[in-house]
Amino acid sequence: MSIAATQKRGFGAVLWDYLTTVDHKKIAHLYLFGGGFFFLLGGLEAMIIRIQLIKPENDFISAGLYNEMITMHGTTMIFLAAMPLLLGLMNAVMPLQIGARDVAFPFLNALGFWLFLFGGVILNCSWFLGGAPDAGWTSYAPLSLQSPGHGVDFYVLGLQISGAGTLIGGINFLVTIVTMRGPGMTYMRMPLFSWTTFVTSTLILFAFPALTVGLFLLMFDRMFGSAFFDVALGGNTVIWQHLFWIFGHPEVYILILPAFGLFSDIISTFSKKRLFGYTAMVFATILIAFLGFMVWAHHMFTVGLGPVANSIFAIATMAIAVPTGIKIFNWLATMWGGSITINSAMLWTLGFVPTFTIGGMTGVMLASAVADYQYHDTYFVVAHFHYVIVGGTLFGILAGLHYWWPKMFGRILHEGMGKMAFWIFLVGFHLTFFIQHFLGLMGMPRRYWVFLENQGLDTGNLISTIGAFLMAIAVIIFFINIVYTATKGEKAPADPWDGRTLEWSIPSPPPYYNFKQLPLVRGLDPLWIEKTEGKGKMTPAEPVGDIHMPNGSIIPFVMSLGFFIAGFGFIYQTDHRGWLVVLFGGMAISLGSMLVRSLKDDHGYHITKEELEREAD
Amino acid sequence: MKGWMGRFKSLFLLGTLALILSGCGKENLTALVPKGYGAEASMNLIILSTIIMLFVFFIVILIYVIVLIRFRKKKGQEDYIPKQVEGNKTLETVWTLIPIILVLILAVPTVAATFDLADESGSNDGLNIDVTGNQYWWHFNYEGEEIQTSQDIYIPTGEKVYLHMLSSDVIHSFWVPSISGKMDVNPENVNTMYIEAYEEGVYWGKCAELCGPSHSLMDFKVIAVSPEEFDQWVEDMQNVDPDSESLDTVAQDGRDLFEANNCMGCHAIGSSPAQVGPNLTNFGDRSEVAGILEYNKENIVDWLVDPESIKPGNKMTGNYPALSEEEAGSIADYLMQLQPSEITPESAGN
Repeated sequence: MSIAATQKRGFGAVLWDYLTTVDHKKIAHLYLFGGGFFFLLGGLEAMIIRIQLIKPENDFISAGLYNEMITMHGTTMIFLAAMPLLLGLMNAVMPLQIGARDVAFPFLNALGFWLFLFGGVILNCSWFLGGAPDAGWTSYAPLSLQSPGHGVDFYVLGLQISGAGTLIGGINFLVTIVTMRGPGMTYMRMPLFSWTTFVTSTLILFAFPALTVGLFLLMFDRMFGSAFFDVALGGNTVIWQHLFWIFGHPEVYILILPAFGLFSDIISTFSKKRLFGYTAMVFATILIAFLGFMVWAHHMFTVGLGPVANSIFAIATMAIAVPTGIKIFNWLATMWGGSITINSAMLWTLGFVPTFTIGGMTGVMLASAVADYQYHDTYFVVAHFHYVIVGGTLFGILAGLHYWWPKMFGRILHEGMGKMAFWIFLVGFHLTFFIQHFLGLMGMPRRYWVFLENQGLDTGNLISTIGAFLMAIAVIIFFINIVYTATKGEKAPADPWDGRTLEWSIPSPPPYYNFKQLPLVRGLDPLWIEKTEGKGKMTPAEPVGDIHMPNGSIIPFVMSLGFFIAGFGFIYQTDHRGWLVVLFGGMAISLGSMLVRSLKDDHGYHITKEELEREAD
Repeated sequence: MKGWMGRFKSLFLLGTLALILSGCGKENLTALVPKGYGAEASMNLIILSTIIMLFVFFIVILIYVIVLIRFRKKKGQEDYIPKQVEGNKTLETVWTLIPIILVLILAVPTVAATFDLADESGSNDGLNIDVTGNQYWWHFNYEGEEIQTSQDIYIPTGEKVYLHMLSSDVIHSFWVPSISGKMDVNPENVNTMYIEAYEEGVYWGKCAELCGPSHSLMDFKVIAVSPEEFDQWVEDMQNVDPDSESLDTVAQDGRDLFEANNCMGCHAIGSSPAQVGPNLTNFGDRSEVAGILEYNKENIVDWLVDPESIKPGNKMTGNYPALSEEEAGSIADYLMQLQPSEITPESAGN
């Protein structure tokens, strides 16, 4: 475990390294790899959906398979692609931005990743084991109770396990930001991306338990004969909708706030200006998160909650437009008077501004309850949430990847391919989704396997499918770019973008202990301050000394594997009691891992001062 | 400011015109051409919110374009360091207050319309219809009138009709875009909404909540006729005597087969409230087969021989003896003669 060990190693050694790593930067690689894989899978499902809808009454796939596609597309993209990719960026960057050597709980960090991965694998195993879940990503009862086969069981167990991972990740980031900010890094000096990581983690902490409860109730109903949602036995299906959306609405802010944060950093860096209205940006973020918990019933305007509830939730929802507007104008004001460099990272950011503004506009339109009676569950809603989740979150992830790729991997993504992918994607995206606003109002509900002939929906759907192909091409170009960069990409210096924040003050990629000496932070944009005052690098806040590091561990992997095995036990014990062996076996592995972890003293190790000084030579 | 507004308004009108010319969708299906009370209320808010939002969008884009033209990094000024501005209290207050005002402009009519559309006070004197959502068809029971129909719901124009909606299985959503916005049809509680059609016509209805494989095939029709024609229809429907109709021989064979195969175990003809399957009293007047196929004998035969190929996951498949094409043809002849009323989709102008 000394520095000398970081030499060329064989494949097995690298694999073992990643299986046991507790280093936040390597866990970030794992998140990006896992999230990227599921993103391709979800994209494939999207293409199958669009091919099915290329013409009226198409029979490319069957009705049942179509419902599996839409369910898995939504579930995969939200839980297994967007969130892990964001968690990957947070892991890679947030500790560096606040001047920390790792997260507060490195072991839990690894556990969070492995739970996410095994949860995602369970969910996708359903494709090969009798059919995927088919009740929509929202899985409304009683349709989810009636769904035959084990599809919805895989949904419940997969999300429960990966959700636990996300919750662990959120708590870990919260503790990290509260306790591990470097010397001088006060809250109001944190870069916006760290701020949004903090606020997002709070959202995860309060939102995910609602999903956990809902999933447990659904699991008991499907597997153990309870009747929470069974109307014939006195259950109530609307409760599922409440539980789901009390989680589900904060979830969309979990997806968008980190993107807001990284756009703030990117705009500031490439405009060469301090973020305009930093304090307002921070409080707008907090306000959006706070309001995000009181608007869930705007997903339920047509459920029949009555005019009082609908009015309250309509107004609360419209109120969110105010802090969001503040953010948009602050970004524009940051660029105003700046010296703007336009590269791939900035292109995705500039593409985001108008695209997300449209998504936000349709969001306010949807908040108007009576207007929503028409929009609800139509392609208008499909268009709206793709404008905010693709136009906001995905553009954000891609901007963040281009921006931090040099820091994470030590190489700069190819600019030409980056720009080409952006333009093709932007055109494809608007072709696909803009027309869908009108399709919805012209009478096309969402989740429709076929649309009928002579209903005026043919042209719009054809255009939409053509756009989807353009997006697919752009994604392929982006992945080619990754492969090209990994083999032939330009090596990155420590500070390729003339950065302002702490992550650019250390080498690319950073050493595994991040900071040899923790830097002294003297204000917002600490590196920029040192640059303008002529020093150009951070002043150390401590002498070179021994650094305490955590040991790697295979236990997070084994513990998650145990839950994975137990998941299959839970799913199949309804068919045959013999599967209880698998259930208890899996749980024994997980609980045994916890026991080992609790009883075994692991104090980590120290990198000595001498080793650090030797490396400097 | 007025100049901008004027230019913006003409832009909006131009855009709307272009949209109308390029088609707002199919008449009597699209929500963009409202022909009923609820749809009009929604459309008013859609237009208001669109105007407000386009105003905001216009301002954002204006600043955005200026920024991109004026503040790109210039050649020869690579080392230029812009002034580091912390913020501007006045500006920030302005772009906080203006959105609040805009939101209030939208919020007030929204709340008014929400309460208006939830007002059920007229239901005591009005026409009340119980709506049942089923996988994948709709049933309508005219309260106090002894009339049952399925798939086609007849209503008089110019009058609020109160719908009391309940599902027999999973959640559905009742949506007739041209007349009214949608409301969910839940299994545990009766949801009430009213609809009012301004003009006669056959309006397309759709299920808007995922309800299984054939969710997209759960269409129905609202047939709005004049109040006089509606009274006539009610009278005709109440006078149906399924046993006494004069039938030609082929149709008589069909009726015998209908009985021999115990079709009425699920399908009522007449005012029986049984609703395991769709009520067939006025099957001969339907405008579509199974809600989605063109109304002709061939399609009825196809349905009777293999309903699964038309609506996957329907509850009829496998619950009746297999029928040959010939037998199905006879039954179709019988069913097509079930035309109790002169008032049909055609008389509503289909």
